[in-house]
Amino acid sequence: MEKQNLILAFESSCDETSVAVVADGQTILSNVIATQINSHKRFGGVVPEVASRHHIEEITICIEDALKEANVTYDDLDAVAVTYGPGLVGALLVGVNAAKTVAYAHHLPLIPVNHMAGHIYAARFVKPFEFPLMALLVSGGHTELVYMQADGQFEIIGETRDDAAGEAYDKIGRVLGVPYPAGKVIDEMAHQGQDTFNFPRAMIDEDNYDFSFSGLKSAFINTVHHADQIGETLDKNDLAASFQASVVDVLMSKTLRVLKEYPVKQLVLAGGVAANHGLRERLQAELPTKFPNTELLLAPLKLCGDNGAMIGAAGYIQYQHHQFGDASLNADPSLEFDWMPKMPH
Amino acid sequence: MKLLAIETSNRPLSVAVLDDTKVLATTTTNVGRNHSSTLLPIIEKSISQAGLTADELDRVVVAAGPGSYTGLRIGVTTAKTLAFTLHKELVGLSSLAVLAGNIVTEGQLVAPLFDARRDNIFTGLYRIQAGQPVTELPDQHISVAEWCQQLAAYQESIVFVGSDVAQYADALQTQLGSQFVRAQPQLDLPQAVVLGLMGRTATPVAKIHDFVPNYLRLTQAEREWLAKHPKEDHAPYVEKI
Ligand SMILES: Nc1ncnc2c1ncn2[C@@H]1O[C@H](COP(=O)(O)OP(=O)(O)O)[C@@H](O)[C@H]1O
Ligand SMILES: [Mg+2]
Repeated sequence: MEKQNLILAFESSCDETSVAVVADGQTILSNVIATQINSHKRFGGVVPEVASRHHIEEITICIEDALKEANVTYDDLDAVAVTYGPGLVGALLVGVNAAKTVAYAHHLPLIPVNHMAGHIYAARFVKPFEFPLMALLVSGGHTELVYMQADGQFEIIGETRDDAAGEAYDKIGRVLGVPYPAGKVIDEMAHQGQDTFNFPRAMIDEDNYDFSFSGLKSAFINTVHHADQIGETLDKNDLAASFQASVVDVLMSKTLRVLKEYPVKQLVLAGGVAANHGLRERLQAELPTKFPNTELLLAPLKLCGDNGAMIGAAGYIQYQHHQFGDASLNADPSLEFDWMPKMPH
Repeated sequence: MKLLAIETSNRPLSVAVLDDTKVLATTTTNVGRNHSSTLLPIIEKSISQAGLTADELDRVVVAAGPGSYTGLRIGVTTAKTLAFTLHKELVGLSSLAVLAGNIVTEGQLVAPLFDARRDNIFTGLYRIQAGQPVTELPDQHISVAEWCQQLAAYQESIVFVGSDVAQYADALQTQLGSQFVRAQPQLDLPQAVVLGLMGRTATPVAKIHDFVPNYLRLTQAEREWLAKHPKEDHAPYVEKI
């Protein structure tokens, strides 16, 4: 039997410290995640300096646990992969410097991974990618449609012009008194309510693949404030359901439109908001009838949020292409994918 | 004992490799480029110039703060990870003590300082005893005016050391008069060699996992939260999922 490729993968771009061991880019041997949510709940959102400090507290514990759970030693490893952007610079620096140090100490190649590529490759744990592929990438910081002609080639076809979808969830969560990060709870509330408020569906009819969620957010906040002023009580579940219906409608219509122009073999749903049940259900219901030749790959629920395993899966592709970094690797907080040539944006 | 010393608490960066008290290699820069890009290449080079591999080290010594939060994070993450991953001893020392260690006049009072913005400084008071800086007043975050009041009580000369002294020199001179003595500028850069020599005999940390920078300050968000929730315990802050 040929020896498996083993990658030790680091992720620290926001408020999760994670270290994973991934075999052949497709099997998770361990995926240790230390989440700081309970800390940042105090502040209603992620405080970058607090996040950076927690990462230093956790980083070596995560390395130790990841190796232990995977039952491997440094000698078994083939490479070290790490998220180097986009994200919070102080948070990224911890993972980057820890990963570089482990790579140096154990004479292993270093693989710098784009965090958003990592999110997409979370779906690789479901089954192998087939190209061309389209990814709907929805997270706390990003909302974009990414076209892939091959492994490791990312072209942005459309993206949000203001707030990311997850960001909108978190902001309206504050208005509803839902603690940070609100997405999961709003999703649950939405399932118990009705779309009675009919919030705007921004840019839904526009002939492009871009998104906008700040108008929806404002409409939501205005509705709640107006009701407060006149002493009216609104049904929170209906508010959540109406908000979610607008988000999902927009994401669905743009995605379905892009698939018309870009016929692809697979559609990947990934990123923190990919955990949204409303969105998953709509895609599962509509994609097979509307695009029977496009296979739906939903990132596993456990791998939608930030984690090291997805970085290991993306890193494995780069390993095969010998895309290595060196000891001078730095964090790049605003790292981006390429834009599709000739696409207006 | 073979030892690697790392100091990145502020704009200067200094790395040294020592074999007991013998300096094998050292590099100090003061170009203000990103330590995250420069630190590990300099460590690699220093260790190989010393004719060693990282494996052969016995101990890693790091300046653990106070200082620039970013600088401390880079130095401490690197030192902590290196010691952890290769099962080496780890020692953390005060970045201010390292700077004070540049002064060798026996019995001399030394006040190393780093700017902390808005007329505040990170500083401490040390006395040189048997060639080593010994704490007289602990490292702290304090306003220049308050610090001067505390120092005035000593009624002896105090050598101020550090690149940031320049911007407070007038204020210090005015408030301390002849007590204020400026160190020679070539002593303003922290030296990893000094750090290494101090760290050689220090006690290593018991649990490497628990080692973090000594920021000397809570974040603003935490200070404000604590002021509003004096009795509340919000732990655990970090949970494994
Ligand atoms: N079930 C859900 N429905 C909607 N949003 C969700 C759900 N679960 C998590 N989220 C959102 O996902 C975001 C976090 O995703 P993540 O990939 O970690 O974002 P980033 O890396 O951009 O910070 C948060 O904004 C959170 O509210
Ligand atoms: Mg993310």
